[in-house]
Amino acid sequence: MHKDLLRLVRGERAVRGHLALCLAAAVLAGLLVLVQAELLAGVLSGRFEASALGLLAAVVGIRGLLGLAQGIAAGRTTTAVKSVLRRRLLTRLRDLGPARLAAHRSGELVTLTGRGLDALDPYLNGYLPAVAVAGVVPVAVLARLVFADLASALIVLVTLPLIPVFGALVGMHTKAVTERQWRALSRLGGHFLDVVRGLPTLRAFGRARYQAEVIRRVTDAHRSATMRTLRVAFLSSLVLELAASLSLALVAVPVGLRLLGGTLDLPAALLVLLLAPEAYLPLRNMGTRFHAAMEGVAAADDVFAVLDGEPSAPRSPEPRASGPRPSGGGSSSAAVPGAAPEIRLEGVTVRYPGRAEAALEDVSLVIAPGERVALVGESGAGKSTLLHLLLGFLAPQSGRVLVDGVELTGPGSGDAGTGGAAGDTGDTGGDTGDAASTGAARDAGTRGEAGTRWEAWRGRLAFVPQRPHLFAVSVADNIRLGSPGATLQQVRDAAGAAHADGFVAELPEGYDTVLGERGVNLSAGQRQRIALARAFCRPSADLLLLDEPTARLDGRSEAAIVAATRELAEGRTAVIVAHRPAMIDLADRVVRIAGGRVVSDSGSADAPTARRETGPPGGADSPDAAAAPRDTTAPGDTVTTSAGGAR
Amino acid sequence: MMRMGGRIALAAAAGIAAELAGLALIGSAAWLITRAAEQPPLAALSVAIVGVRAFATSKGVFRYGERLTGHDVALRAQATTRERLYQALIPAGPPSQRGADLLSRMVDDTDAVQDLLVRGLLPAVAALVTGITAVVLGLFLLPSAALVLAAGLLVAGVLLPAGVTAVTRRRAALIAPARAELAARVADLLHGAADLAAYGAGDRALAASAGADARLAALERAQARTGAVATCLGVLAQGLTVAGVVLVAQEAGAGSVATAVLALTSLVSFEPLLPMIAAAERMTGVSAALRRLREVRATPPAVAEPVRPAAVPAGPLTVEVEDLVVRHAADRAPALNGVSLTLTPGRRVAIVGPSGAGKSTLLSALMRLVEPESGVIRLSGPDRGDAPGPGTGQAVDLRDLPSDEARRIMTGLTQDPYVFQASFRDNLRLAGPEADEEALAEAVRRARLADWAERTGWDTVLGEDGRTVSGGQLQRLALARALLNDPPVLLLDEPAEALDEETADALMADLLDATRGRTTLLVTHRLRGLEEVDEIVVLENGSVLQRGTHRELVDAPGYYRDLWRSEALVARG
Repeated sequence: MHKDLLRLVRGERAVRGHLALCLAAAVLAGLLVLVQAELLAGVLSGRFEASALGLLAAVVGIRGLLGLAQGIAAGRTTTAVKSVLRRRLLTRLRDLGPARLAAHRSGELVTLTGRGLDALDPYLNGYLPAVAVAGVVPVAVLARLVFADLASALIVLVTLPLIPVFGALVGMHTKAVTERQWRALSRLGGHFLDVVRGLPTLRAFGRARYQAEVIRRVTDAHRSATMRTLRVAFLSSLVLELAASLSLALVAVPVGLRLLGGTLDLPAALLVLLLAPEAYLPLRNMGTRFHAAMEGVAAADDVFAVLDGEPSAPRSPEPRASGPRPSGGGSSSAAVPGAAPEIRLEGVTVRYPGRAEAALEDVSLVIAPGERVALVGESGAGKSTLLHLLLGFLAPQSGRVLVDGVELTGPGSGDAGTGGAAGDTGDTGGDTGDAASTGAARDAGTRGEAGTRWEAWRGRLAFVPQRPHLFAVSVADNIRLGSPGATLQQVRDAAGAAHADGFVAELPEGYDTVLGERGVNLSAGQRQRIALARAFCRPSADLLLLDEPTARLDGRSEAAIVAATRELAEGRTAVIVAHRPAMIDLADRVVRIAGGRVVSDSGSADAPTARRETGPPGGADSPDAAAAPRDTTAPGDTVTTSAGGAR
Repeated sequence: MMRMGGRIALAAAAGIAAELAGLALIGSAAWLITRAAEQPPLAALSVAIVGVRAFATSKGVFRYGERLTGHDVALRAQATTRERLYQALIPAGPPSQRGADLLSRMVDDTDAVQDLLVRGLLPAVAALVTGITAVVLGLFLLPSAALVLAAGLLVAGVLLPAGVTAVTRRRAALIAPARAELAARVADLLHGAADLAAYGAGDRALAASAGADARLAALERAQARTGAVATCLGVLAQGLTVAGVVLVAQEAGAGSVATAVLALTSLVSFEPLLPMIAAAERMTGVSAALRRLREVRATPPAVAEPVRPAAVPAGPLTVEVEDLVVRHAADRAPALNGVSLTLTPGRRVAIVGPSGAGKSTLLSALMRLVEPESGVIRLSGPDRGDAPGPGTGQAVDLRDLPSDEARRIMTGLTQDPYVFQASFRDNLRLAGPEADEEALAEAVRRARLADWAERTGWDTVLGEDGRTVSGGQLQRLALARALLNDPPVLLLDEPAEALDEETADALMADLLDATRGRTTLLVTHRLRGLEEVDEIVVLENGSVLQRGTHRELVDAPGYYRDLWRSEALVARG
């Protein structure tokens, strides 16, 4: 048995019980076949009265009940194992945190956690019972045969091992060949899906009909390659089948001749005839279930690879302080002006594993309470890393992050995180590559004091990511993500503030419309507005973190977002990663980051100290500071107003 | 080449032969042993001895043959199904059938044909013939016993599978949504990890997925119970039938040889039947898959092909769009609501507007991917006489052209371009199968993809998992295809989409350079560079809001000017 699965089964009491019942019922039912054969042989040979048929019926009845028990227990085993694995996987993925999760292919994880686990079914409810039966029943049959007829028992004893031996021989001989062919097969098998998915492109260039011919050719090649593989693969089943049926002949013919010679009596002969096939049957059953079971093993390997991947626990930054005002997410108390936090970064360095350059290098920055700071800079400069640091998705290798003078995170443990920090290959992903992996903070909910403190700190945040995720729940529940207790009126108010009420009202079921992949799809601008509404729906938040909320929006959507953001930032400290001038314009202060360092800082009237500590002297006047004077024909307000009017 | 029917018959015959050999093996062995106990002369047994040996050998060989022919037939059937599915998908269909997930499911569904044959039809035929043979044999030996056997076989082979099918079908209607819900919850947890973490909602999401898992598990347990009950009943049917056969035979005084043969053949005749109970469960899914495939094939294409196709006018073409109305669904507002547009040879027109304005729908209509509700698209050749105005040459309604022909004339860079799992060269060449190396290189250069092509290599296989090509490169590859294809009327749908600002600006500049003098329809949401095009049409909610040159539009108050000013702000970044 798969050793990780075995450990899991041992550890989970419920699973252990169900599996034990399932296996025991299977073995018992297998053994009862011996009793059944005994009775049938006795009745047919006239050794038992016809009334023994009643006993036979009873044995059959018990076998049926055992089969029932086995089936039910198998169902309970598989669902319990899958539920446990699913729970562990999801908990594990959450513990990895968003930053390190980005290194995994989420599509594959979704499949693995869903349908992928179903591959365990044939392994647990088919293969394992078959193995248990194969381990017990042939031995019991042999033992009985020894007493009935030694010669026949010897024939069975000699031929029985042929099945595994030949199976292994054929298997070994063909392993390399079949493996090579299976790889070719999976490539050919994927071709059809590839062509079907690309049909719109083929159609556009008039190549769709031509591809029909290619498909025919490829599926033909696929078929003949498959058949070549199967011709060999089925050899092992040929051996199984031949060994079983030939041994029946090998037993039956000598038994018949010895009956003729009078050296054997009919009851024993019939018993041998009935029992001999039962010695081979369990092995054949095991063999036929082997391939399906191996898929289950592969699935289990995938699952445990994720579960036993890089450990997350020691990497999580320990928040030193929860901030002075830990408040739950659900409260509807209005933000108290002036309560917005001051954030101070002191010599913070963040380094991603496998990268020579630090994502943030010795960054010192003070953000005054209520200040609106725009972070600007090239893709990959470290802007998103800074946000993730404040969100607790990452821990700095050195330096400190202080909130109102209390340390939020200290240096993480060394080189934070290992492996797999491939990031994405896109040149459009902005800073998502940053999020690949590193000492990710756990989104610790109930686990440990550190987790609770993170919760408390995050209770003060509102976050609008670059690509907000819409959950497959209603619009209202999407908006009240950060404050589950919010009333519908509060949700409506938040949507109104985020300029989202207009399009929500037009949705088929308004605020009850279910979003997400299978629900209603919203445009990029509408998604951003839902995300902003989430932030509005959390009045307790006094620090606002926005990651390029207007990237990829057309001008009008952008204007709506900018207006809403301006409102949202009122009375709060805000850190906004921005590319577009309209967004930059609403900040009090512009900090430019390049190569992980603060290269310029327009400074802040509210926080004069910040200027002394950060940026080069005269940063405010440096030509590349993005907050250029408002000398264009179209100040941001004009855009906002006219766009709002047109809508 | 053997016909498909012949192959299926052969596979079925091999399966039947294997089962019958098994039946004959046990029957002859039972006869041999019980007859031998009566001490006949050896010669009386010789036929049975030969029979036992022959049946034992042939059973294995027949089984091997059955499995090979069965899989061969199944693979051929699958190939045919795929071909027919593909043929059905070639004409543009309603967008509701063309999502990536739906397409993957359709491809999975074609596997159902394999299952239907290998696990359903062929074993069922073999089981049926075996059962009938055992009953016929019984009729010769003892009709009353044969009746008992027939009754038992009917229960195990017909009633039980039918019952399982009925229950499974009803439950499948519950399991499918439960599965989908779990998948949605899991996807939310993974894709929304950052949102959940930031808002401390991770535990709630985890609990929601645990709830979905529990609901699915309960349904799966119920399904397992159904299977277990059916298996239990199958075992009972087999055992009780054998006991009944023996009882009837002994009552009738059939003698030990006949009784043993009857009992053992009855026992074995159930063996191919019992797996049919489990197969019935699987067949429920198979029939659903086949039904879905039939539905796809039955869906009429989005556009009707002309009965008598017209010829394309010769010479440089003028495209006239007049009062075009396109509606994606009867209960929805029109995506295009009376749009008119003229594209004379060499003229470049840009379509701008917010997302959802109908820009891409207009291109789809031009490419004959959607059928207009009203209005007309006309193609006309150059003027023959001296009549003024465009389109006075021979004109043809686009609907009178085969849709392939429409796309030969008007195509280019479409929405959601796709990278095939093929070499970079082949991915490009599909837009110009006859193009030489020089033409390929030229298209790549003009799409600003040359550096990347050199770095990646022309023969590198792209598209595996879609990770080898980034969004920006994909867009440029699509542009290179469009330039290579060089259609009479070039359509470009958001060519600078997914590019960073700098590259996008450079690309647009190159593009406007490369299309000078070509008939081009450009859909974009970026206004930079549009000074160069001959006309700009602003669409909103399917209607033309504004039209004119860049200069005119910037001078007039309205959407375009707002957008332009907002972009001017961008330019400062």
